[in-house]
Amino acid sequence: MSTLSERILGAAAGEYVDRKVNRAYAHDGTGVLALEAWKNMGGGRLGKDTGYYIHFDHIAPANNSTTATLQHELRDFAKKSSMNFSDIGCGICHQLMSEGVVLPGEIVVGADSHSVTPGAFGAFATGMGATDMAAIWLTGETWFRVPVSTGIHLSGRFAGFAEAKDLALAYVGKLGMDGATYQAIEFVGDGAHNLSIDERLVLSNLSVEAGAKAGLFYADDVTIRSLKERGYDVKPQVPESCTYIQELDIDLENIVPLVAVPHRVDTVKPVDALAGIPVDQVFVGTCTNGRYSDLTRFARMVKDKKVAVRTIVVPASVEVFKKAIRTGVIADIVGAGCTIGPPGCGPCLGSHMGVLGEGEVCLSTANRNFKNRMGVGGEIYLGSVATAAASALTGEITSPEAA
Amino acid sequence: MQGRGTAVCLPADIDTDVVIAGRYLRTKDRTVWATHVFEDLDPTLAARMKGSVIVAGKNFGCGSSREQAAIAIREAGVVAVIAPSFARIFFRNAINIGLPLIEADISCDEGSPVAFDLSRGWVESGGKSSAIRPLSPRMQEILKAGGLVEYWRVHR
Repeated sequence: MSTLSERILGAAAGEYVDRKVNRAYAHDGTGVLALEAWKNMGGGRLGKDTGYYIHFDHIAPANNSTTATLQHELRDFAKKSSMNFSDIGCGICHQLMSEGVVLPGEIVVGADSHSVTPGAFGAFATGMGATDMAAIWLTGETWFRVPVSTGIHLSGRFAGFAEAKDLALAYVGKLGMDGATYQAIEFVGDGAHNLSIDERLVLSNLSVEAGAKAGLFYADDVTIRSLKERGYDVKPQVPESCTYIQELDIDLENIVPLVAVPHRVDTVKPVDALAGIPVDQVFVGTCTNGRYSDLTRFARMVKDKKVAVRTIVVPASVEVFKKAIRTGVIADIVGAGCTIGPPGCGPCLGSHMGVLGEGEVCLSTANRNFKNRMGVGGEIYLGSVATAAASALTGEITSPEAA
Repeated sequence: MQGRGTAVCLPADIDTDVVIAGRYLRTKDRTVWATHVFEDLDPTLAARMKGSVIVAGKNFGCGSSREQAAIAIREAGVVAVIAPSFARIFFRNAINIGLPLIEADISCDEGSPVAFDLSRGWVESGGKSSAIRPLSPRMQEILKAGGLVEYWRVHR
């Protein structure tokens, strides 16, 4: 009896295997180094394989001419090759791969740590670095050590203002920053079936913050319905009884709004315990919480009100952006005094617009609060979309329940 | 593969943002990364890297997949990094660019000599020899070649 990772990789945990990669993606950050490594390996011509992707999302549009020059070279390469290329404004790589691209059972590698995100579809999706990506461009395959798995058994449904982000922070808090290093995490149980694709993407996305190699859901009716809307007929993946190296049981009903305090994702406290801490900026977006459902949730809470601090909202993709424009969600957000950024990573990694000043505090829906990440001397508190909305309205960390 | 250097002690859970900050990534100039390595942890560290062996706590290199983190450490002149565990992307990245990583749980004495032999599987520090967890055969081959670029130049 096997875990989903073992089934997809076709070998038992602990074994080393070489596997063809179904989809490989890189972005403007890692792509530049991957291109250099690929050329140094002897480069040549990419095959007719359609499984390669380059997305410009990290510093998009470019912040200065050095970046623009690096991006120019990569853009040129991507366009001349058989790669699928998404230029600035298309959105975050992980989101684009999750909009009808990655399918259940696939092996997916992204040159970015949050490439665990499409695991929500029942794919084995994992992150690697630039040189590993270059070798995949060269050979179409890579090596894996088949991971052991941690099982997270979910039950029930969310109550009150709790959302997937709070659950994600809860399990990272329990496992710790390296609680699942070299492992995969599988999300199973009735509670998993109750989650939407957007919610699953949040949970898979944060799995790397516990050190995991992959964060997987089994494809079920929700997956099948979601992919059907995009024109794919897929089969469910039925869990077998298998051995997990560690197991967690979480009842969604017991989840309350949480915040990860600087500078660790696994140092998690109830929002109530932090209420009143003044914030200078609120940021809603990223591969964690920049989806349509997130923007809608945020808009519902700020509509016809005014935010008390500068608030940046960045849709995860142009598809999300367009839908949010069409439905009036963007109008509500802008009407409340928020600033909209172009689809992409936004200020998450502190490389361009929306960085923090010395001593400034940001309540962010992103996935990392490492020291100086969003700007030297800035402090990042990570929370849910609802917590971000409540905090934006008051200018201090505020529980959505109190808003 | 053998090596020796002077111990520089670092804590657990060193993330790649701290190894090389996002604000220094927009270049291909490797000397920039070497100059600013560990800047947000301790701005004096970069100057003490040459000929050192970093002895760190668990989960070294967690966070972002930025390969610049491993490159910065190597370019600054670090001989090897020893830690009880490494974040897995950093693990692959370091071996791929030819920076030896050693999985071993040893105590660190700042400034004291550290020696290691990867093929024989030991590390010696403070007069005490400890076993190390060996790299997989593939990783050993990649490291022996000098990195994954060099490996594929030979194996194509």
